[in-house]
Amino acid sequence: MQYITLDNQTDFDGWRKSARTLVLHHVRPADVTWAVQGDEAELFAPPSPSPILEINDGTFNVSAKFVELAKAAILHRDPERFAILYRLLFRLKDNHDLIEVATDPDVAQVTAMAKAVYRDEHKMHAFVRFREIGRERQAHYVAWFEPEHHIVELAAPFFARRFADMPWSILTPDLCAHWDGHALSFTPGVGKSEAPSEDRLEETWRRYYASIFNPARLKVKAMQAEMPKKYWRNLPEASIIKPLIEDAERMTGAMIANAATDPHKPQKRPEAPMKRKPAADDLESLREEAAHCRACHLYKDATQTVFGEGPKSANIMLVGEQPGDKEDLAGHPFVGPAGQMLDRALEEAGVDRKKVYVTNAVKHFKFVPRGKVRLHQKPNTPEIRACRQWYEREVSAIQPDLIVAMGATAAQSVFGKITPIGKTRGRVIELPDGRKALVTVHPSYLLRLPDPEAKMLEYRRFVEDLKIAAGLQKKSVRAA
Amino acid sequence: MDVQRKLEILADAAKYDASCASSGTEKRDSSDGRGMGSTAPGMGICHSYAPDGRCISLLKVLLTNACNYDCLYCVNRASSNVPRARFTIDEAVKLTLDFYRRNYIEGLFLSSGIIRSPDYTMEQVVSVARKLREQHHFRGYIHLKTIPEADDALIAEAGKYADRLSINIEMPEETSLQQFAPEKDVRAIRRTMGRLRLKLDEAEEDRSAKTKAKPQRFAPAGQSTQMIVGADSASDHTILHTSANLYGAYRLRRVYYSAFSPIPDASRALPLVQPPLLREHRLYQADWLMRFYGFDVGEIVDDSAMLPLDVDPKLAWALRHRDRFPLDVNRASREELLRVPGFGTKAVERIIATRRTTTIRFSDLARLHVPRNKALPFIVLSDHRPTPHRLDEERLIERFKPKATQLGFGF
Repeated sequence: MQYITLDNQTDFDGWRKSARTLVLHHVRPADVTWAVQGDEAELFAPPSPSPILEINDGTFNVSAKFVELAKAAILHRDPERFAILYRLLFRLKDNHDLIEVATDPDVAQVTAMAKAVYRDEHKMHAFVRFREIGRERQAHYVAWFEPEHHIVELAAPFFARRFADMPWSILTPDLCAHWDGHALSFTPGVGKSEAPSEDRLEETWRRYYASIFNPARLKVKAMQAEMPKKYWRNLPEASIIKPLIEDAERMTGAMIANAATDPHKPQKRPEAPMKRKPAADDLESLREEAAHCRACHLYKDATQTVFGEGPKSANIMLVGEQPGDKEDLAGHPFVGPAGQMLDRALEEAGVDRKKVYVTNAVKHFKFVPRGKVRLHQKPNTPEIRACRQWYEREVSAIQPDLIVAMGATAAQSVFGKITPIGKTRGRVIELPDGRKALVTVHPSYLLRLPDPEAKMLEYRRFVEDLKIAAGLQKKSVRAA
Repeated sequence: MDVQRKLEILADAAKYDASCASSGTEKRDSSDGRGMGSTAPGMGICHSYAPDGRCISLLKVLLTNACNYDCLYCVNRASSNVPRARFTIDEAVKLTLDFYRRNYIEGLFLSSGIIRSPDYTMEQVVSVARKLREQHHFRGYIHLKTIPEADDALIAEAGKYADRLSINIEMPEETSLQQFAPEKDVRAIRRTMGRLRLKLDEAEEDRSAKTKAKPQRFAPAGQSTQMIVGADSASDHTILHTSANLYGAYRLRRVYYSAFSPIPDASRALPLVQPPLLREHRLYQADWLMRFYGFDVGEIVDDSAMLPLDVDPKLAWALRHRDRFPLDVNRASREELLRVPGFGTKAVERIIATRRTTTIRFSDLARLHVPRNKALPFIVLSDHRPTPHRLDEERLIERFKPKATQLGFGF
């Protein structure tokens, strides 16, 4: 039998050193007794340490996951923890992957111990309540806490990082932690009477606690699951839990029973600030009207109507298909990746975007949500038809000479019927009202082409199409 | 009016907002000694729990409960006869710091009734955060409520100081918002959410681009929203559809569901009933299925339908799709395992890691923290196979329902 005595309750290094030596000497877990100096169990240990512990040669590898688990589990209050950890280590030496087997009883037990320690640490971070001694500037903050496991050293650095600018002490029966503004120190445990018993802010805190509680939704079990009663004795707000619960039903009943009072008449309320006055400008009032469009169901899920933009004097009108994700969020047409592609092509073709009116055939974004993204959906004919009134009214407000339809949806809106792009692309076509129209692809089509060579080729064709518009723009500038 | 009394009024006015989280932000602390506070990026800290079962993590208050708007569901509506109060900026700042020093809270969640104008209100809210951050070097968590349509510069400033921004959608359908809150405009709310998302995306791009010296800071814990459940007639399908849409469109971190509860001096137009807490719970479960289990809204609940109250939504789904079960736990894919009733994400990870080395048996379920009663009819283990036809039984659902109890006679 090997008797190992560790220096203190949280002596991980001592345990690790002894355990390593024991494993290297193939000492079976059943042949080791673990104790902590000063503990009762130590009484049964022989007066001098076992001889083989003097020999310490060689190392072996265990996964980092075990070391992490062991460092936490060793803080558990169960006196068997050193033995359980040694048993697991002994088995891990020849079976490295055992640590991943959540169903192994030893792994499960050590995991549960580590979890209990982490939970206790978390609860200490949450439930420590400082009380002020002295007044601000020279004040010292002192708390009393009763941890379930040996977690004071584990939990203290959190408070040092959080309350770096104030001196504090956390007193516990096991160990006390102190911060003087520069360094952490630890002293032996003390009794509760050493800690201050009140704080000038506690009444205010209790008032807050009582006010933030909604008596109409009493769920006492849910509260106790997260804030077990064992913590209550050191929480200033706990003293009012019982009266609050007792009063809750009466208060809710009263709320329901009491008829509503006559509505309070506010004096002069300013006009609801969210309503905007329609602007005088034609295009502006169109835009305002379109913002409330309910002609089809697409408005329901979209953020906003994305209306056309550009100068009223534009003689070229670019019509896209529908706004995408970015356009829907920003409320402006062609600001996303397709917009950037369009800008580049326009520049290369020699078209001044600032002098062009840019809009879409359909003015709400159509999509299906897929987790955290919205997948673009092609608008159908009824939706294109429903939206066409806006396009028509934009045309009559702008009076453009040339309308460039980009993509099939746009072509359908411009020509009033399904119009294949392939046949009509790149030619100037006269519309029934005498205006000219030009059909080309949508820039997002270029973005979707997977083959870089085809992409390049199609992009060049797109620029060529836009050059026709550029020619027209120049002509009309000269004419003006 | 003293600060304590103001606190009572302004906390009472804020308690219908279900949001409580203080998680998911950047890592900060005050170990440089210049200020106070820290944040825990992984997990927020709940410093207390109220008897309503909800976590108290932040000092959740309104800057003022005076409001221009007259939203019927709201205790602070203009026509309500509740007492009114208003914190000065300094009072709100001092209270936050004092509470924080005693470790009562993780930080501040500040909202406000809309007074004068959206811009004025937003400016007041931002001032509190600015003062905390710039004068007191407060490093704790700050959640600010965004006022719809407030000026872009104010929103940007709010995002600079706050960890999280939120704006409540309030109602699952536009029509109900029009009915209950005629002055609120769902389009304006969505536009603001859209603006927030663009700013969040921009800040994220900034962070990942290594060229820039100092990235623009904008609400590292993202944005969230709240929907009131049970005040209008919207079905669970409608509610979840709205949520799915909000998650996809604005990358919300959370949608909170707040069961409509009776409020003091309630409007006569509202149902005065106990809040549908179980329905709220089922919605959270369904929301979870969408976010972490790969479920689509349409799978969880049919058009215009309600979630069953007697069983959880995943179990209800499994009962509707019995042909997919029983599933061999030792062979099934992660996606399939995630759809087994009683299997949580952590249990699934543990199962996958464990079965690489060993087979999973009946007796292992307890160590995997899987509720046996729920899972067993749907799974095959190396030493367990559900009784043949068990899955086909009409009465299978009875097994999961809470036990019926005899009504008491009162003596």
